[in-house]
Amino acid sequence: MSRARWIATGVLIAVFVLALFASAFAPAPYAKQFRNDTDHPPSTQFPLGTDELGRDRLSRLLYGMRISLLLAPAAALISTALAAIIGGAGAYLGGTWDRATNMFIDLFLSLPWLFLLLTLRALLPLDIPPFTSVVVTFALLGILGWAASARIVAASVRSIRSSEFLLQARAAGCKPSRLLFRHVLPNVKPILLAQFWISVPLFILTEANLGMLGLGVTEPLPSWGNLLRELENYTALRHSPWLWVPLLSLVLVVSLFQFALGTEEPA
Amino acid sequence: MRILSAIGRHLLIILITALVGGLLGATLVRLAPGFGIQESDLNAQLSAETRKALHKEDAGERNVLSYYGHYLGSLIHGDLGYSRSMDRPVSELFRDRLPDTVESVVIGVAGGWLLGLALAIPASWKRAPFYSASATLISGIFLCIPSAVLALIFLVIGSPGKLAIALVVFPKVFRFSRNLLVKTYTMPHVLTARARGLSSARIFGWHILPNIAAPMLALAGVTVSIAFAAAIPVEVVCDSPGLGQLAWKAALSRDVPLLVNLTLVIAIVTVAANSFSELLSPAATRDVL
Repeated sequence: MSRARWIATGVLIAVFVLALFASAFAPAPYAKQFRNDTDHPPSTQFPLGTDELGRDRLSRLLYGMRISLLLAPAAALISTALAAIIGGAGAYLGGTWDRATNMFIDLFLSLPWLFLLLTLRALLPLDIPPFTSVVVTFALLGILGWAASARIVAASVRSIRSSEFLLQARAAGCKPSRLLFRHVLPNVKPILLAQFWISVPLFILTEANLGMLGLGVTEPLPSWGNLLRELENYTALRHSPWLWVPLLSLVLVVSLFQFALGTEEPA
Repeated sequence: MRILSAIGRHLLIILITALVGGLLGATLVRLAPGFGIQESDLNAQLSAETRKALHKEDAGERNVLSYYGHYLGSLIHGDLGYSRSMDRPVSELFRDRLPDTVESVVIGVAGGWLLGLALAIPASWKRAPFYSASATLISGIFLCIPSAVLALIFLVIGSPGKLAIALVVFPKVFRFSRNLLVKTYTMPHVLTARARGLSSARIFGWHILPNIAAPMLALAGVTVSIAFAAAIPVEVVCDSPGLGQLAWKAALSRDVPLLVNLTLVIAIVTVAANSFSELLSPAATRDVL
């Protein structure tokens, strides 16, 4: 791993720790309203100022980061597990199962993800409690985000299935369960791990997009998505540059993920 | 003959997408809260017997399969249903809003490809580390910004928000084509052509372009899908009356029939775009993308 990747990983861990212990670092609770200090510019008491309800922006950013950084990996775990089950099982069973799974994956990939998210989110009530909205948003991301990973997992399982060592193991009388758990899964593990880490920044960005559309985490709980909604007041942006801080922090974290993972498009 | 069978296979895939998508859509509409509740239930002038008779008339709709049959029948006749939130037939809404989205998607895809290739070709051609690193950094930054925020930035600087779609498409095109070009430039036949003193333009036109054409065409289909997805937040932020904004309005007002039809139409369009680009490129590139 290059030095730049080590540095990116280190900074990312520091950001995770900061977000995880948000209650220790935040100057105030995220929902506390300082009624006499609404729309306050940055000061020693409020380093990033306050919003229109008088809530400390820095505290909301730290708590929002905690929600996004803890739940995006949870959603990634769901999507990777689904990718492993659907893509892996289809390719392992082979034949008609493989073709049917491939077709299902292709069908799923043909639907633009955001359209699908909007449709399913619309089926659920919009006025749900804030905590439920967090769970629903990230659960939907996890449930709907498996298809691209499943295609890669299926391709990998297919190549392992036709490998010589598996043929030898089968010829030696290895049971299917032993083949799966001792030979296939350990070889797919690195791919699953890579897919998991690639999904995390993707889910953080998608939550931000959903939040900006008003379909993500609901108030008063903060998340990157609903913090970015303040940017919609673009007349205020000219004289309040600190409103860009949530966006800058989001770009920083997602860039750090890219650096740490060394993600490159295959060719 | 092979081309005809490939076209037939892709048409079949589009048909299956429409049928499965329709079934899923009909099931979602059927399961959505509030299904089966009629305005007549609130009409105090109607007797209990009349209400019972009206419910009996609609009883067939409660079965998902018969509902799907009805839905499919209407769909074949071009009837996409009625939007409750917009108080207009869905087909009429599509007719009004489709041109705007198509324009955004075309601008986005064309702009993204122009920008991506404009940066990728010199990056692989010149092999200047600083240029390559800068171009990678620029594309990386755009990968980290939500499309809604990109549209907002365009509005703040007084530019058309639709151009934001191009910046969503550009990093994907840049990274894929740059890697592909770098790989192709190191192929033995290209090295031989260089050693023989062929001009850079001739090498690019005769030895690089034919090699990268097929995977690039496959990418074209994917970028249409990316542009369609980006159109939702961009149209919402820019208040542009397209299908993306319609989807968002339908989601907020829980207009499930409208959303389902919208998703179905978009799915068919993206499957058709992917099929078209796949027909023009070898199947070997499918897993790469």
